[in-house]
Amino acid sequence: MATTVAQEEKRQFSDPAYYLNRELSWLQFNKRVLSEARNKENPLFERLKFLSITSSNLDEFFMVRVASLKDMENAGYKKKDFAGMTVTEQLEAVENETHEFVEVQYSTYNRSLLPALEQEGVQVLTSHEKLSEEEGAFVDHFFETEVYPVLTPMAVDSSRPFPLIRNKTLNLGALLQRKKDAGRGILLRQKKGGKKSAEQELEFAAVQVPSGLARIVRLPKREGGPEKIILLEEVIRRNMPKLFLNYDIVCVYPFRLMRNADLSIDEDEAEDLLKEIEKQLKKRQWGQAIRLEVESGMDERLLMLLERELELSPNEIYTIDGPLDLTFLMKMYGLPGFDALKEHSYPAPQEVPELPAGCNIFEEIRKGDIFLHHPYETFRPVVDFVAQAASDPEVLAIKQTLYRVSGNSPIIAALARAAENGKQVTVLVELKARFDEENNIIWAKMLEKAGCHVIYGLVGLKTHSKITLVVRGEEDGIRRYVHLATGNYNDSTAKLYTDVGLFTCKESFGEDATAVFNMLSGYSEPRSWNRLSLAPLWLKDRFLYLIARETEHARNGEPAHIIAKMNSLCEPGVMNALYEASAAGVKIDLIVRGICCLRVGIPGVSENITVRSIVGNFLEHSRIFYFENGGRCEVYAASADWMPRNLDRRVEIMFPLEDEEIRDKAIHILQTELADTLKAHVMQPDGSYEKVDRRGKEAVNSQLVFGKEAAHAAKHGAERANQRLFIPEVRAE
Amino acid sequence: MAIRRFAAIDIGSYELGLKIFECTKQNGIRAIDHITHRIDLGSDTYNTGKISHARVEELKRVLTEYRAIMENYRVTDYKAYGTSAIRETDNASIVLNQLEQHTGIRIDILSNSEQRFLDYKSIASKGEGFTKIIEKGTAIVDIGGGSIQISLFAKDRLVETQNLKLGVLRLYEQLHHVDARSSQYEAIIEELVNSQLMVFKNLYLKEREIKNIIIVDDYISAVMQRRSVMGGKEAGYIDASSYLAFMEKISSHNQQDIAKALDIADDKVPLLYISGVLVKCVVQAMGAELIWAPGVTLCDGMVYEFAEQNKIMLPTHDFDEDIIACARTISKRYKGSKTRSETLETIALRIFEATKQIHGLGQREKLLLRIATLLHDCGKYISLVNLAECSYHIIMSTEIIGLSHIEREIIANVVKFNHSNFVYYEQQETVSDLGRETYLVIAKLTAILRIANGLDRSHKQKFRDVGITVRDGKMIISVSTKEDITLEKGLFTRRADFFEEIFSVRPVIKQKRTL
Repeated sequence: MATTVAQEEKRQFSDPAYYLNRELSWLQFNKRVLSEARNKENPLFERLKFLSITSSNLDEFFMVRVASLKDMENAGYKKKDFAGMTVTEQLEAVENETHEFVEVQYSTYNRSLLPALEQEGVQVLTSHEKLSEEEGAFVDHFFETEVYPVLTPMAVDSSRPFPLIRNKTLNLGALLQRKKDAGRGILLRQKKGGKKSAEQELEFAAVQVPSGLARIVRLPKREGGPEKIILLEEVIRRNMPKLFLNYDIVCVYPFRLMRNADLSIDEDEAEDLLKEIEKQLKKRQWGQAIRLEVESGMDERLLMLLERELELSPNEIYTIDGPLDLTFLMKMYGLPGFDALKEHSYPAPQEVPELPAGCNIFEEIRKGDIFLHHPYETFRPVVDFVAQAASDPEVLAIKQTLYRVSGNSPIIAALARAAENGKQVTVLVELKARFDEENNIIWAKMLEKAGCHVIYGLVGLKTHSKITLVVRGEEDGIRRYVHLATGNYNDSTAKLYTDVGLFTCKESFGEDATAVFNMLSGYSEPRSWNRLSLAPLWLKDRFLYLIARETEHARNGEPAHIIAKMNSLCEPGVMNALYEASAAGVKIDLIVRGICCLRVGIPGVSENITVRSIVGNFLEHSRIFYFENGGRCEVYAASADWMPRNLDRRVEIMFPLEDEEIRDKAIHILQTELADTLKAHVMQPDGSYEKVDRRGKEAVNSQLVFGKEAAHAAKHGAERANQRLFIPEVRAE
Repeated sequence: MAIRRFAAIDIGSYELGLKIFECTKQNGIRAIDHITHRIDLGSDTYNTGKISHARVEELKRVLTEYRAIMENYRVTDYKAYGTSAIRETDNASIVLNQLEQHTGIRIDILSNSEQRFLDYKSIASKGEGFTKIIEKGTAIVDIGGGSIQISLFAKDRLVETQNLKLGVLRLYEQLHHVDARSSQYEAIIEELVNSQLMVFKNLYLKEREIKNIIIVDDYISAVMQRRSVMGGKEAGYIDASSYLAFMEKISSHNQQDIAKALDIADDKVPLLYISGVLVKCVVQAMGAELIWAPGVTLCDGMVYEFAEQNKIMLPTHDFDEDIIACARTISKRYKGSKTRSETLETIALRIFEATKQIHGLGQREKLLLRIATLLHDCGKYISLVNLAECSYHIIMSTEIIGLSHIEREIIANVVKFNHSNFVYYEQQETVSDLGRETYLVIAKLTAILRIANGLDRSHKQKFRDVGITVRDGKMIISVSTKEDITLEKGLFTRRADFFEEIFSVRPVIKQKRTL
């Protein structure tokens, strides 16, 4: 065995000009979401929701990605990314782009949404000064009874350092001046000697807008008058003098701070993963400041003080022309009484025809594989699968991976019940699911208490696969029922995210599923896999092989076509392979909702590649991969995107859709999305996205098509189930 | 449908395996789960002769988990075997006792020959593939952590089996001791392996033509099973030239590249590579044309044996005849007379059958008796004077596939006491592994063999057509012969006394004179 052998493959497609920076590509995605907020064809309240999403998206982007770039910059990281940008260049570009983005965000809010709301009879008061006397009295009473008791004003004096401003919290910052007739107060800075200038006599104080209270305050409605809303910070702002009785309020402005929240744990050193994460959670509040949002027109003195104390550079300060943190719009969406301004054209999740309510789910799976398409089809069968298993006397074991689950998850309850019923329940709980750790730890402990064997993730890897295995001891022996999916076991998000799932009891899948859980339980990997491909060990190579096979087919003049649908695409090896395939003549259609770092239309490199992103009513989340394979097509679904983190640092599963009917359903999903003309944005050679040119094309909203198809299928399924006619089977001669 | 769930636990040198099976008469054997835990017991044993406390604790933990898994599957039967790493450990009985106390799992130690025999059974359980391949000269190369076993087939029958201390873990340890660079690995392994292989070839292979090699191991087999890596028409089958080309290819790669190319974990590469080179050496030494890696494990052999013993499935191959064939080869090696052995076997088996009601022994003991007849005089190859002792030592030093250590000792003692005074259980001077029950088996088989031997004292096969009946406290041995049997009759008394002492039945010779 040679110690070193040159393995460096010549990378023909590694020119940085062929790639887009990952962060900038993400900002492009957020722009597409923003375009939905600006799209007047969307109902008004849906537009509010989209705008709110852009705001929460941006928060997460800063806390994770920008923070990570800052860390790299602090560490003196000099390497360029595949698009040829240094960390500093990326940060600069991201900040510049974000400033532009925020401007569009707020112009959408101020110029488009506020007037539109007003037209619909909803008035958002931008300042407390716009309150009528009667309204003022109402909010003052509200302040005194509801708000004041939970406020904690924080001030700066010699005995108190600059207050710790918590991550993502909305605050009011004020400059105060001690009233001449007031006695010696706690806020007075004691400085020795010299007469203080007027400026020096100003004191700083901050009040956090309580996150426990609703941000939206509805004002009493006059008969026939508009619905009036004021934001909580304005209520507090108006009542600031009540918090600092011996001071004159010089100025009050809202501000919001973003800190580094990337949860990076050195897992090799953490003796107890659980404890380490709990520790990290506490630390998270106090990361480095990376973004400060302030209301436009903020007093210069206040701004400078914040800049200095929070150690921010000017480019990290975002002046906002409107209310900070637009996520309140999501709450506004939830206000009762505005149903007419919401989307109703999408049918509710439908019955899965093969799995009618009340059926014995195992019996139905035994008839053949069952494919589910959420949220068009209900997630209930997945919950039922675990729930029925929990009380089924034939069930010996239930094994499941859980990444993110809903609060009060019925799946968790069923798992706990199963353990109490004496089943062997093994649950891999991924504690590292970002921002969900606290929640995960609580219910993981609850499961453990119920008698489940809980595996708290794997050291060094995030378990992102979605797999459930139910083992039944049936009359003719052990039979394994497997559910594989692209989406989390979360009944709440299953109503909002598009995902696909597969129920099967094929032996080959069952064996693989058993092996997956054996591996996750710390036992050795199996000698070989029947059907499943797993990351981080095998999946990337499998994808590269499947792409290379298409390349080979194209070179041999055989049909070669790849359609791949995922959330993000930025894995360098995969992009390289796609360029090679495109150059060989493989037609490649990519449906990538979020980040996509390859470029289209580069002569000789990516002329055969198209990229489209669908941003619609539901969050596109399924990962489906089609390979034409010279006319013997293969279709797969997976929990993984084509990202390094998915393929190298996570446990992910890809599973084939083998039954012809199921394969056709998956291909139909891909084709319908490729035909979408209403919600699709198409990547241009410069990396920007444009809506489909609809001229001469049928108006297709793929999500709506799927919704209607599911409703149609459910209706026919129900009709078939209810009819009393006996239908003789006709045997083909 | 009556289903029996069987768990096979294999405590190997490198892995602790649990395989769960379902056995039914209708569907045969079906594997439903296979769990392995990497635990390097071999390094402990081969380096220090003992299993460390840390490893024992790890064994306890994993076996406790295995027990829970078995309970979850509602396993009805199980068997747990320790192989070379446990077998060669000085503190084996202490370790096994601790494990049983802690986990409730009883672990038996498999002798090398039993272990290899189970591996062999697992291959044979592959049915047609096995039957077909052994039509031509075939060698099974069973690669373990501590040693390898090479078994040779001729005309459908297992004829020779030898153990060589060339296990992959042992070789790995040796490579570490010589502080070899990875680029030197192949040459050093080849040197270590070929020196022993040449001896094997000269002594046992001789003119035998070996066309096929069957590989059993936990390392390279899994890779050979994958057509995507090895090519070939059928998974597990590869022609020798393709295999050698594959080995040449991976030899030029480093560990990470091999792992990537073969889709295996990095840490599995060194042992896989050693196993690969071992196979290469065997293929080259024997000039084989085809390699078959059926991908079986010891656990498969365990369940096969369980199913066979419990009559859940019919045997696919007559393994007893393999053991006999091996014994014949050993007899031949020590210049035993074929006709004499056959006569002795015939007479002994007739006595055995006729006295079934009296001795209460079963088929397995019958097999041991057959082997004892075949090897009854192997010691004469060394010394005609010390025939008893020499026979005993030859048998005890010779691997007879399919026999446990105890069974081998039974045969060795039966053969010894056939030629020397019987030492009663209570008279033994040295501490023996043999329990009272086992010793009784020795006494019974010795009594039968002595009678059979006595009836052919002249080695002229005068009692070839012998009839035996038991009645009225006598065992009547009727012989129709025109030959003079004075010698046999004269020397019979002492043997008859011993037989009577053991069975309370007096053997009596009745001669029917024929023309």
